[in-house]
Amino acid sequence: MKTLRLSAITPPLVSFMAIALGLEIGLAAAEVPTYLLPRPSAVWLALADNWPELLRATSQTALAAFLGLSLSALLGGFTAIVLSSHTWIRRAFYPYAVFFQTVPVVAIAPMLVIWFGYGIRAITAAAFIVSVFPIIANTLSGLLSTDPALRDLFRIYRASPLATLFKLRIPSALPYFLTGLRIASGLAVIGAIVGEFVADTYQGGGGIGTAVEVAIKEQKTDKVFAAVTMASILGLAFFALVNLASYVSMRRWQLAETKE
Amino acid sequence: MSSAQHSHSTYIGRGVSVSIANLTRRFGDRAVLRELSLSVGPGEFVAVLGPSGCGKSTLLRLIAGLDEPDAGRVAIDDNPWPIAYVFQDPCLMPWRTVLQNVALPLELTGVPRAARHRAAARLLATVGLADAAERFPGQLSGGMRMRVSLARALITEPRLLLLDEPFAALDALTRQHLDNHLQDLFLEHRMTVLFVTHSISEAVFLADRVIVMSGAGGSLPADRRIELDRPRRDGVQTTVEFAREAGNLSRLLTEGSHTAL
Repeated sequence: MKTLRLSAITPPLVSFMAIALGLEIGLAAAEVPTYLLPRPSAVWLALADNWPELLRATSQTALAAFLGLSLSALLGGFTAIVLSSHTWIRRAFYPYAVFFQTVPVVAIAPMLVIWFGYGIRAITAAAFIVSVFPIIANTLSGLLSTDPALRDLFRIYRASPLATLFKLRIPSALPYFLTGLRIASGLAVIGAIVGEFVADTYQGGGGIGTAVEVAIKEQKTDKVFAAVTMASILGLAFFALVNLASYVSMRRWQLAETKE
Repeated sequence: MSSAQHSHSTYIGRGVSVSIANLTRRFGDRAVLRELSLSVGPGEFVAVLGPSGCGKSTLLRLIAGLDEPDAGRVAIDDNPWPIAYVFQDPCLMPWRTVLQNVALPLELTGVPRAARHRAAARLLATVGLADAAERFPGQLSGGMRMRVSLARALITEPRLLLLDEPFAALDALTRQHLDNHLQDLFLEHRMTVLFVTHSISEAVFLADRVIVMSGAGGSLPADRRIELDRPRRDGVQTTVEFAREAGNLSRLLTEGSHTAL
Protein backbone atom coordinates (compact mmCIF):
# COMPACT_ATOMS: atom_id res chain seq x y z
CA MET A 1 0.00 0.00 0.00
CA LYS A 2 1.10 3.50 -0.71
CA THR A 3 2.67 4.91 2.43
CA LEU A 4 0.96 8.02 3.71
CA ARG A 5 3.41 10.70 2.75
CA LEU A 6 3.84 13.95 4.60
CA SER A 7 2.74 15.87 1.50
CA ALA A 8 -0.53 13.93 1.52
CA ILE A 9 -1.52 14.47 5.15
CA THR A 10 -0.09 17.92 5.78
CA PRO A 11 -2.62 20.02 3.80
CA PRO A 12 -5.81 18.58 5.37
CA LEU A 13 -4.17 18.69 8.82
CA VAL A 14 -3.16 22.33 8.40
CA SER A 15 -6.59 23.33 7.08
CA PHE A 16 -8.28 21.51 9.96
CA MET A 17 -6.10 23.26 12.54
CA ALA A 18 -6.63 26.63 10.87
CA ILE A 19 -10.41 26.26 10.78
CA ALA A 20 -10.54 25.04 14.40
CA LEU A 21 -8.33 27.90 15.52
CA GLY A 22 -10.39 30.42 13.55
CA LEU A 23 -13.61 29.13 15.07
CA GLU A 24 -12.11 29.13 18.54
CA ILE A 25 -11.00 32.76 18.31
CA GLY A 26 -14.02 33.94 16.32
CA LEU A 27 -16.63 32.36 18.60
CA ALA A 28 -14.86 33.63 21.72
CA ALA A 29 -14.57 37.14 20.32
CA ALA A 30 -18.23 37.24 19.24
CA GLU A 31 -19.22 35.78 22.61
CA VAL A 32 -21.44 33.13 21.04
CA PRO A 33 -22.91 31.10 23.90
CA THR A 34 -21.93 27.43 24.06
CA TYR A 35 -25.53 26.18 23.83
CA LEU A 36 -25.83 27.87 20.42
CA LEU A 37 -22.50 26.90 18.90
CA PRO A 38 -19.75 25.43 21.10
CA ARG A 39 -16.14 26.34 20.55
CA PRO A 40 -13.85 23.53 19.29
CA SER A 41 -12.18 23.39 22.69
CA ALA A 42 -15.57 22.82 24.35
CA VAL A 43 -16.34 19.99 21.91
CA TRP A 44 -12.94 18.54 22.64
CA LEU A 45 -13.60 18.67 26.40
CA ALA A 46 -17.04 17.09 25.93
CA LEU A 47 -15.39 14.33 23.92
CA ALA A 48 -12.86 13.73 26.68
CA ASP A 49 -15.46 13.88 29.48
CA ASN A 50 -17.89 11.50 27.83
CA TRP A 51 -15.33 9.31 26.13
CA PRO A 52 -16.37 5.85 27.46
CA GLU A 53 -20.05 6.57 26.82
CA LEU A 54 -19.42 7.97 23.31
CA LEU A 55 -17.15 5.08 22.42
CA ARG A 56 -19.81 2.57 23.45
CA ALA A 57 -22.46 4.48 21.50
CA THR A 58 -20.21 4.59 18.46
CA SER A 59 -19.56 0.87 18.60
CA GLN A 60 -23.33 0.21 18.75
CA THR A 61 -23.98 2.42 15.74
CA ALA A 62 -20.99 0.87 13.98
CA LEU A 63 -22.44 -2.61 14.44
CA ALA A 64 -25.84 -1.69 12.96
CA ALA A 65 -24.25 0.29 10.12
CA PHE A 66 -21.88 -2.57 9.36
CA LEU A 67 -24.71 -5.11 9.31
CA GLY A 68 -26.79 -2.83 7.09
CA LEU A 69 -23.87 -2.25 4.73
CA SER A 70 -23.09 -5.97 4.54
CA LEU A 71 -26.72 -6.70 3.78
CA SER A 72 -26.63 -4.00 1.07
CA ALA A 73 -23.49 -5.49 -0.44
CA LEU A 74 -24.98 -8.99 -0.52
CA LEU A 75 -28.54 -8.18 -1.58
CA GLY A 76 -27.54 -5.21 -3.75
CA GLY A 77 -24.94 -7.26 -5.60
CA PHE A 78 -27.35 -10.13 -6.06
CA THR A 79 -30.15 -7.82 -7.21
CA ALA A 80 -27.82 -6.23 -9.76
CA ILE A 81 -26.96 -9.69 -11.13
CA VAL A 82 -30.63 -10.58 -11.47
CA LEU A 83 -31.43 -7.22 -13.09
CA SER A 84 -28.54 -7.56 -15.52
CA SER A 85 -29.72 -10.97 -16.73
CA HIS A 86 -32.36 -9.67 -19.11
CA THR A 87 -33.60 -6.37 -20.52
CA TRP A 88 -37.19 -7.22 -19.63
CA ILE A 89 -36.37 -8.04 -16.03
CA ARG A 90 -34.48 -4.78 -15.83
CA ARG A 91 -37.38 -2.78 -17.24
CA ALA A 92 -39.86 -4.49 -14.96
CA PHE A 93 -37.97 -4.28 -11.69
CA TYR A 94 -35.42 -1.48 -11.84
CA PRO A 95 -38.03 1.14 -10.85
CA TYR A 96 -38.46 -0.69 -7.54
CA ALA A 97 -34.72 -0.41 -6.94
CA VAL A 98 -34.96 3.33 -7.61
CA PHE A 99 -37.61 3.39 -4.87
CA PHE A 100 -34.84 2.74 -2.34
CA GLN A 101 -33.01 5.77 -3.66
CA THR A 102 -35.95 8.14 -3.42
CA VAL A 103 -37.68 6.97 -0.25
CA PRO A 104 -36.92 9.28 2.68
CA VAL A 105 -35.81 6.90 5.39
CA VAL A 106 -37.05 9.28 8.09
CA ALA A 107 -40.56 8.91 6.72
CA ILE A 108 -40.64 5.14 6.81
CA ALA A 109 -38.54 4.63 9.94
CA PRO A 110 -41.69 4.32 12.11
CA MET A 111 -42.87 1.58 9.76
CA LEU A 112 -39.58 -0.22 10.27
CA VAL A 113 -40.32 -0.28 13.99
CA ILE A 114 -43.72 -1.83 13.26
CA TRP A 115 -42.16 -4.45 11.01
CA PHE A 116 -38.98 -5.25 12.90
CA GLY A 117 -39.68 -4.00 16.43
CA TYR A 118 -37.46 -1.63 18.40
CA GLY A 119 -33.76 -2.35 18.41
CA ILE A 120 -30.94 -3.34 16.16
CA ARG A 121 -33.07 -5.04 13.51
CA ALA A 122 -34.98 -1.89 12.61
CA ILE A 123 -31.79 0.21 12.81
CA THR A 124 -29.99 -2.21 10.50
CA ALA A 125 -32.96 -2.07 8.12
CA ALA A 126 -32.70 1.73 8.01
CA ALA A 127 -28.96 1.51 7.25
CA PHE A 128 -29.71 -1.04 4.55
CA ILE A 129 -32.43 1.02 2.87
CA VAL A 130 -30.29 4.10 2.40
CA SER A 131 -27.17 2.23 1.33
CA VAL A 132 -28.47 -0.40 -1.07
CA PHE A 133 -29.24 1.69 -4.14
CA PRO A 134 -25.73 2.96 -4.96
CA ILE A 135 -24.56 -0.64 -4.85
CA ILE A 136 -27.32 -1.86 -7.17
CA ALA A 137 -26.87 1.02 -9.61
CA ASN A 138 -23.08 0.82 -9.80
CA THR A 139 -22.85 -2.96 -9.94
CA LEU A 140 -25.53 -3.07 -12.61
CA SER A 141 -23.69 -0.62 -14.84
CA GLY A 142 -20.52 -2.66 -14.31
CA LEU A 143 -22.26 -5.90 -15.25
CA LEU A 144 -23.66 -4.27 -18.39
CA SER A 145 -20.47 -2.61 -19.58
CA THR A 146 -18.27 -5.65 -20.10
CA ASP A 147 -15.69 -5.28 -22.87
CA PRO A 148 -17.59 -6.27 -26.07
CA ALA A 149 -14.50 -8.00 -27.48
CA LEU A 150 -14.25 -10.20 -24.39
CA ARG A 151 -17.95 -11.01 -24.70
CA ASP A 152 -17.31 -12.02 -28.31
CA LEU A 153 -14.42 -14.18 -27.14
CA PHE A 154 -16.71 -15.99 -24.70
CA ARG A 155 -19.26 -16.48 -27.48
CA ILE A 156 -16.64 -17.94 -29.81
CA TYR A 157 -15.77 -20.56 -27.20
CA ARG A 158 -19.47 -21.12 -26.54
CA ALA A 159 -19.21 -20.30 -22.86
CA SER A 160 -22.41 -20.98 -20.91
CA PRO A 161 -24.30 -18.00 -19.48
CA LEU A 162 -23.19 -19.10 -16.02
CA ALA A 163 -19.51 -19.30 -17.02
CA THR A 164 -19.81 -15.87 -18.67
CA LEU A 165 -21.35 -14.49 -15.49
CA PHE A 166 -18.76 -15.85 -13.10
CA LYS A 167 -15.63 -15.66 -15.23
CA LEU A 168 -16.33 -12.44 -17.11
CA ARG A 169 -19.20 -10.24 -15.97
CA ILE A 170 -18.79 -10.41 -12.21
CA PRO A 171 -15.01 -9.83 -12.26
CA SER A 172 -15.50 -6.95 -14.73
CA ALA A 173 -18.09 -5.41 -12.44
CA LEU A 174 -15.89 -5.58 -9.33
CA PRO A 175 -14.46 -2.02 -9.61
CA TYR A 176 -17.99 -0.66 -10.11
CA PHE A 177 -19.29 -2.64 -7.14
CA LEU A 178 -16.50 -1.24 -4.97
CA THR A 179 -17.32 2.32 -6.06
CA GLY A 180 -20.92 1.67 -5.04
CA LEU A 181 -19.76 0.24 -1.73
CA ARG A 182 -17.63 3.33 -1.11
CA ILE A 183 -20.65 5.61 -1.54
CA ALA A 184 -22.83 3.23 0.48
CA SER A 185 -20.40 3.10 3.43
CA GLY A 186 -21.09 6.70 4.45
CA LEU A 187 -24.79 6.36 3.81
CA ALA A 188 -25.04 3.27 6.02
CA VAL A 189 -23.75 5.26 9.00
CA ILE A 190 -26.28 8.02 8.32
CA GLY A 191 -29.07 5.45 7.96
CA ALA A 192 -28.15 3.78 11.24
CA ILE A 193 -28.20 7.11 13.10
CA VAL A 194 -31.57 8.06 11.63
CA GLY A 195 -32.82 4.60 12.60
CA GLU A 196 -31.64 5.14 16.16
CA PHE A 197 -33.64 8.37 16.43
CA VAL A 198 -36.77 6.30 16.00
CA ALA A 199 -36.04 2.74 16.92
CA ASP A 200 -33.30 2.69 19.56
CA THR A 201 -34.13 0.79 22.75
CA TYR A 202 -31.49 2.59 24.85
CA GLN A 203 -30.33 -0.87 25.76
CA GLY A 204 -26.65 -0.71 26.69
CA GLY A 205 -26.84 3.06 26.44
CA GLY A 206 -27.94 3.36 22.81
CA GLY A 207 -26.05 4.47 19.74
CA ILE A 208 -24.79 7.82 18.45
CA GLY A 209 -28.28 8.86 17.32
CA THR A 210 -29.53 8.30 20.84
CA ALA A 211 -26.58 10.15 22.34
CA VAL A 212 -27.39 13.15 20.13
CA GLU A 213 -31.07 13.00 21.10
CA VAL A 214 -30.33 12.81 24.82
CA ALA A 215 -27.73 15.60 24.65
CA ILE A 216 -30.23 17.85 22.83
CA LYS A 217 -32.86 17.23 25.49
CA GLU A 218 -30.26 18.10 28.14
CA GLN A 219 -29.33 21.17 26.07
CA LYS A 220 -25.70 20.10 26.08
CA THR A 221 -24.74 21.39 22.65
CA ASP A 222 -21.07 20.60 23.18
CA LYS A 223 -22.00 16.95 23.77
CA VAL A 224 -24.16 16.96 20.64
CA PHE A 225 -21.16 18.12 18.65
CA ALA A 226 -18.95 15.55 20.34
CA ALA A 227 -21.40 12.81 19.25
CA VAL A 228 -21.57 14.24 15.73
CA THR A 229 -17.78 14.23 15.60
CA MET A 230 -17.82 10.55 16.52
CA ALA A 231 -20.36 9.94 13.76
CA SER A 232 -18.18 11.54 11.12
CA ILE A 233 -15.13 9.66 12.38
CA LEU A 234 -17.16 6.47 12.08
CA GLY A 235 -18.16 7.37 8.51
CA LEU A 236 -14.53 8.03 7.63
CA ALA A 237 -13.48 4.73 9.19
CA PHE A 238 -16.05 2.88 7.06
CA PHE A 239 -14.85 4.69 3.98
CA ALA A 240 -11.24 3.81 4.77
CA LEU A 241 -12.20 0.17 5.35
CA VAL A 242 -13.88 -0.07 1.95
CA ASN A 243 -10.89 1.64 0.34
CA LEU A 244 -8.60 -0.91 1.94
CA ALA A 245 -10.81 -3.75 0.72
CA SER A 246 -10.79 -2.39 -2.83
CA TYR A 247 -7.05 -1.86 -2.71
CA VAL A 248 -6.50 -5.47 -1.65
CA SER A 249 -8.84 -6.92 -4.27
CA MET A 250 -7.81 -4.64 -7.12
CA ARG A 251 -4.12 -4.12 -6.53
CA ARG A 252 -3.08 -6.53 -9.25
CA TRP A 253 -5.19 -4.76 -11.89
CA GLN A 254 -3.58 -1.44 -11.29
CA LEU A 255 0.06 -2.33 -11.42
CA ALA A 256 0.42 -0.58 -14.75
CA GLU A 257 -0.86 2.70 -13.39
CA THR A 258 1.24 2.69 -10.23
CA LYS A 259 4.36 1.77 -12.18
CA GLU A 260 4.15 4.64 -14.64
CA MET B 1 -14.28 -30.41 -26.77
CA SER B 2 -12.83 -33.43 -28.48
CA SER B 3 -9.68 -34.57 -26.79
CA ALA B 4 -7.96 -34.99 -30.16
CA GLN B 5 -7.95 -31.24 -30.55
CA HIS B 6 -5.86 -30.84 -27.48
CA SER B 7 -3.32 -33.54 -28.17
CA HIS B 8 0.15 -32.51 -27.17
CA SER B 9 1.67 -32.81 -30.59
CA THR B 10 3.68 -29.86 -31.84
CA TYR B 11 1.57 -29.92 -34.99
CA ILE B 12 -1.34 -27.58 -34.40
CA GLY B 13 -3.52 -28.83 -37.19
CA ARG B 14 -4.01 -28.37 -40.87
CA GLY B 15 -6.04 -25.55 -42.20
CA VAL B 16 -9.62 -25.76 -43.33
CA SER B 17 -11.02 -24.21 -46.48
CA VAL B 18 -13.51 -21.39 -46.30
CA SER B 19 -15.94 -20.49 -49.04
CA ILE B 20 -18.08 -17.41 -48.95
CA ALA B 21 -20.91 -17.00 -51.40
CA ASN B 22 -22.94 -13.88 -52.12
CA LEU B 23 -22.50 -12.56 -48.62
CA THR B 24 -24.53 -9.45 -47.85
CA ARG B 25 -24.68 -7.56 -44.59
CA ARG B 26 -26.56 -4.34 -44.10
CA PHE B 27 -26.54 -2.00 -41.15
CA GLY B 28 -29.66 0.06 -41.58
CA ASP B 29 -29.71 1.31 -45.17
CA ARG B 30 -26.00 0.84 -45.68
CA ALA B 31 -24.77 -2.40 -47.20
CA VAL B 32 -21.37 -2.97 -45.63
CA LEU B 33 -20.93 -6.15 -47.65
CA ARG B 34 -22.76 -6.63 -50.92
CA GLU B 35 -22.87 -10.12 -52.46
CA LEU B 36 -19.28 -10.83 -51.58
CA SER B 37 -17.87 -14.12 -52.81
CA LEU B 38 -14.49 -15.44 -51.82
CA SER B 39 -12.81 -18.75 -51.29
CA VAL B 40 -9.79 -19.52 -49.18
CA GLY B 41 -7.87 -22.75 -49.57
CA PRO B 42 -6.75 -24.94 -46.66
CA GLY B 43 -3.56 -23.69 -45.10
CA GLU B 44 -3.62 -20.47 -47.05
CA PHE B 45 -2.61 -17.13 -45.53
CA VAL B 46 -4.97 -14.50 -46.90
CA ALA B 47 -4.68 -10.83 -46.07
CA VAL B 48 -7.79 -8.71 -46.39
CA LEU B 49 -6.72 -5.18 -47.23
CA GLY B 50 -8.85 -2.10 -47.35
CA PRO B 51 -9.59 1.27 -45.83
CA SER B 52 -11.60 1.68 -42.64
CA GLY B 53 -15.31 1.06 -43.04
CA CYS B 54 -15.03 -1.22 -46.07
CA GLY B 55 -16.47 -4.20 -44.21
CA LYS B 56 -13.26 -6.09 -43.41
CA SER B 57 -14.10 -6.59 -39.77
CA THR B 58 -17.71 -7.42 -40.60
CA LEU B 59 -16.44 -10.16 -42.90
CA LEU B 60 -14.39 -11.70 -40.09
CA ARG B 61 -17.28 -11.49 -37.65
CA LEU B 62 -19.55 -13.27 -40.12
CA ILE B 63 -16.99 -16.03 -40.63
CA ALA B 64 -16.58 -16.43 -36.87
CA GLY B 65 -20.35 -16.63 -36.40
CA LEU B 66 -20.40 -13.50 -34.25
CA ASP B 67 -22.81 -11.88 -36.69
CA GLU B 68 -25.51 -13.12 -39.06
CA PRO B 69 -25.53 -12.23 -42.77
CA ASP B 70 -28.63 -10.74 -44.39
CA ALA B 71 -28.04 -12.98 -47.39
CA GLY B 72 -25.49 -15.46 -48.63
CA ARG B 73 -23.54 -17.98 -46.65
CA VAL B 74 -20.21 -18.89 -45.16
CA ALA B 75 -19.18 -22.51 -45.53
CA ILE B 76 -16.20 -23.95 -43.67
CA ASP B 77 -15.29 -27.53 -44.35
CA ASP B 78 -14.87 -30.09 -41.56
CA ASN B 79 -15.50 -28.93 -38.05
CA PRO B 80 -13.28 -25.92 -37.49
CA TRP B 81 -14.51 -25.23 -33.97
CA PRO B 82 -13.16 -23.54 -32.03
CA ILE B 83 -12.19 -20.86 -34.50
CA ALA B 84 -9.47 -18.58 -33.16
CA TYR B 85 -10.08 -14.85 -33.28
CA VAL B 86 -7.55 -12.16 -32.46
CA PHE B 87 -8.96 -8.70 -31.89
CA GLN B 88 -7.28 -5.37 -32.51
CA ASP B 89 -7.20 -4.82 -28.78
CA PRO B 90 -5.40 -7.64 -26.91
CA CYS B 91 -8.51 -7.77 -24.67
CA LEU B 92 -6.92 -9.64 -21.81
CA MET B 93 -8.62 -9.96 -18.45
CA PRO B 94 -6.73 -7.66 -16.06
CA TRP B 95 -7.67 -9.77 -13.04
CA ARG B 96 -6.04 -12.91 -14.40
CA THR B 97 -2.37 -13.80 -14.70
CA VAL B 98 -0.89 -14.12 -18.17
CA LEU B 99 -0.99 -17.91 -17.80
CA GLN B 100 -4.66 -17.87 -16.79
CA ASN B 101 -5.48 -15.57 -19.69
CA VAL B 102 -3.84 -17.90 -22.19
CA ALA B 103 -5.56 -20.92 -20.65
CA LEU B 104 -9.02 -19.31 -20.87
CA PRO B 105 -10.22 -20.99 -24.12
CA LEU B 106 -9.36 -24.42 -22.73
CA GLU B 107 -11.03 -23.53 -19.43
CA LEU B 108 -14.22 -22.60 -21.26
CA THR B 109 -14.15 -25.81 -23.25
CA GLY B 110 -13.78 -27.94 -20.15
CA VAL B 111 -10.12 -28.99 -20.17
CA PRO B 112 -8.90 -29.84 -16.64
CA ARG B 113 -6.79 -27.29 -14.85
CA ALA B 114 -3.45 -29.08 -14.88
CA ALA B 115 -3.65 -29.90 -18.58
CA ARG B 116 -4.68 -26.42 -19.64
CA HIS B 117 -1.97 -24.78 -17.55
CA ARG B 118 0.61 -27.09 -19.09
CA ALA B 119 -0.63 -26.17 -22.56
CA ALA B 120 -0.65 -22.46 -21.70
CA ALA B 121 2.92 -22.60 -20.40
CA ARG B 122 4.01 -24.30 -23.61
CA LEU B 123 2.28 -21.68 -25.78
CA LEU B 124 3.79 -18.85 -23.75
CA ALA B 125 7.22 -20.34 -24.41
CA THR B 126 6.57 -20.34 -28.16
CA VAL B 127 5.70 -16.63 -28.10
CA GLY B 128 8.75 -15.88 -25.95
CA LEU B 129 6.88 -15.04 -22.77
CA ALA B 130 7.70 -18.03 -20.57
CA ASP B 131 9.00 -15.73 -17.85
CA ALA B 132 5.83 -13.62 -17.80
CA ALA B 133 3.42 -16.47 -16.93
CA GLU B 134 2.67 -15.27 -13.41
CA ARG B 135 2.56 -11.57 -14.23
CA PHE B 136 -0.60 -9.57 -14.82
CA PRO B 137 -1.54 -7.87 -18.11
CA GLY B 138 -1.15 -4.46 -16.45
CA GLN B 139 2.56 -5.19 -16.04
CA LEU B 140 3.20 -5.90 -19.73
CA SER B 141 4.01 -3.69 -22.70
CA GLY B 142 1.58 -3.40 -25.63
CA GLY B 143 3.62 -5.79 -27.75
CA MET B 144 3.81 -8.37 -24.97
CA ARG B 145 0.06 -8.17 -24.42
CA MET B 146 -0.53 -8.80 -28.09
CA ARG B 147 1.70 -11.88 -27.92
CA VAL B 148 -0.34 -13.14 -24.97
CA SER B 149 -3.46 -12.58 -27.05
CA LEU B 150 -1.88 -14.56 -29.90
CA ALA B 151 -0.92 -17.39 -27.55
CA ARG B 152 -4.50 -17.49 -26.23
CA ALA B 153 -5.83 -17.79 -29.77
CA LEU B 154 -3.44 -20.61 -30.62
CA ILE B 155 -3.99 -22.70 -27.50
CA THR B 156 -6.95 -24.57 -28.96
CA GLU B 157 -4.79 -25.64 -31.91
CA PRO B 158 -7.12 -23.84 -34.30
CA ARG B 159 -7.52 -24.85 -37.91
CA LEU B 160 -8.77 -21.39 -38.80
CA LEU B 161 -7.21 -18.24 -37.39
CA LEU B 162 -8.93 -14.89 -37.86
CA LEU B 163 -7.02 -11.72 -37.03
CA ASP B 164 -8.67 -8.29 -37.08
CA GLU B 165 -5.93 -5.65 -37.46
CA PRO B 166 -4.13 -7.25 -34.53
CA PHE B 167 -0.96 -5.14 -34.60
CA ALA B 168 -2.45 -1.84 -35.77
CA ALA B 169 -2.02 -0.10 -32.43
CA LEU B 170 1.65 -1.04 -32.02
CA ASP B 171 4.76 0.89 -32.98
CA ALA B 172 6.43 -0.01 -36.30
CA LEU B 173 9.29 -1.99 -34.79
CA THR B 174 7.11 -4.12 -32.49
CA ARG B 175 4.72 -4.62 -35.35
CA GLN B 176 7.45 -5.95 -37.65
CA HIS B 177 8.64 -8.23 -34.87
CA LEU B 178 5.15 -9.67 -34.41
CA ASP B 179 4.65 -10.03 -38.18
CA ASN B 180 7.79 -12.17 -38.24
CA HIS B 181 6.53 -14.14 -35.34
CA LEU B 182 3.13 -14.73 -36.87
CA GLN B 183 4.77 -15.96 -40.06
CA ASP B 184 6.86 -18.45 -38.10
CA LEU B 185 3.80 -19.76 -36.31
CA PHE B 186 1.96 -20.06 -39.61
CA LEU B 187 4.80 -21.91 -41.31
CA GLU B 188 5.06 -24.28 -38.38
CA HIS B 189 1.37 -25.11 -38.13
CA ARG B 190 -0.13 -24.27 -41.51
CA MET B 191 -3.54 -23.32 -40.25
CA THR B 192 -5.74 -21.24 -42.54
CA VAL B 193 -5.30 -17.56 -41.73
CA LEU B 194 -7.44 -14.55 -42.56
CA PHE B 195 -5.61 -11.40 -41.62
CA VAL B 196 -7.39 -8.06 -41.81
CA THR B 197 -5.13 -5.05 -42.16
CA HIS B 198 -4.96 -1.60 -43.69
CA SER B 199 -1.20 -1.76 -44.14
CA ILE B 200 -0.09 -2.67 -47.67
CA SER B 201 3.41 -3.67 -46.63
CA GLU B 202 2.13 -5.87 -43.82
CA ALA B 203 -0.21 -7.61 -46.28
CA VAL B 204 2.58 -8.22 -48.79
CA PHE B 205 4.98 -9.39 -46.10
CA LEU B 206 2.62 -11.95 -44.60
CA ALA B 207 0.14 -13.20 -47.16
CA ASP B 208 -0.03 -15.81 -49.88
CA ARG B 209 -2.92 -13.88 -51.31
CA VAL B 210 -4.25 -10.40 -50.75
CA ILE B 211 -7.91 -9.52 -51.12
CA VAL B 212 -8.38 -5.83 -51.74
CA MET B 213 -11.70 -4.59 -50.48
CA SER B 214 -12.26 -1.02 -51.37
CA GLY B 215 -15.19 1.33 -51.37
CA ALA B 216 -18.35 -0.24 -50.07
CA GLY B 217 -17.52 -3.94 -49.92
CA GLY B 218 -18.31 -4.64 -53.56
CA SER B 219 -19.11 -8.05 -54.95
CA LEU B 220 -15.82 -8.60 -56.74
CA PRO B 221 -12.88 -7.67 -54.60
CA ALA B 222 -9.50 -7.62 -56.31
CA ASP B 223 -7.49 -10.70 -55.55
CA ARG B 224 -3.70 -10.90 -55.87
CA ARG B 225 -1.27 -13.71 -55.26
CA ILE B 226 1.99 -12.64 -53.64
CA GLU B 227 4.84 -14.50 -55.29
CA LEU B 228 7.54 -14.10 -52.69
CA ASP B 229 9.45 -17.03 -51.24
CA ARG B 230 8.97 -18.02 -47.63
CA PRO B 231 10.15 -17.56 -45.04
CA ARG B 232 10.21 -13.85 -45.76
CA ARG B 233 12.72 -12.02 -43.66
CA ASP B 234 13.33 -8.47 -42.58
CA GLY B 235 14.82 -6.64 -45.54
CA VAL B 236 12.47 -8.23 -48.07
CA GLN B 237 10.58 -4.93 -47.94
CA THR B 238 13.44 -3.22 -49.75
CA THR B 239 13.55 -5.65 -52.70
CA VAL B 240 12.23 -4.79 -56.15
CA GLU B 241 9.72 -7.66 -56.07
CA PHE B 242 8.23 -6.45 -52.81
CA ALA B 243 7.96 -2.91 -54.14
CA ARG B 244 6.22 -4.16 -57.29
CA GLU B 245 3.63 -6.14 -55.29
CA ALA B 246 3.04 -3.21 -52.95
CA GLY B 247 2.69 -0.86 -55.91
CA ASN B 248 0.10 -3.11 -57.55
CA LEU B 249 -1.94 -3.29 -54.36
CA SER B 250 -1.70 0.45 -53.85
CA ARG B 251 -3.04 0.97 -57.39
CA LEU B 252 -5.89 -1.47 -56.78
CA LEU B 253 -6.80 0.31 -53.57
CA THR B 254 -6.92 3.75 -55.20
CA GLU B 255 -8.78 2.49 -58.28
CA GLY B 256 -11.33 0.83 -56.05
CA SER B 257 -11.91 3.95 -54.02
CA HIS B 258 -12.31 6.00 -57.23
CA THR B 259 -15.03 3.73 -58.57
CA ALA B 260 -16.70 3.74 -55.19
CA LEU B 261 -16.78 7.53 -55.21
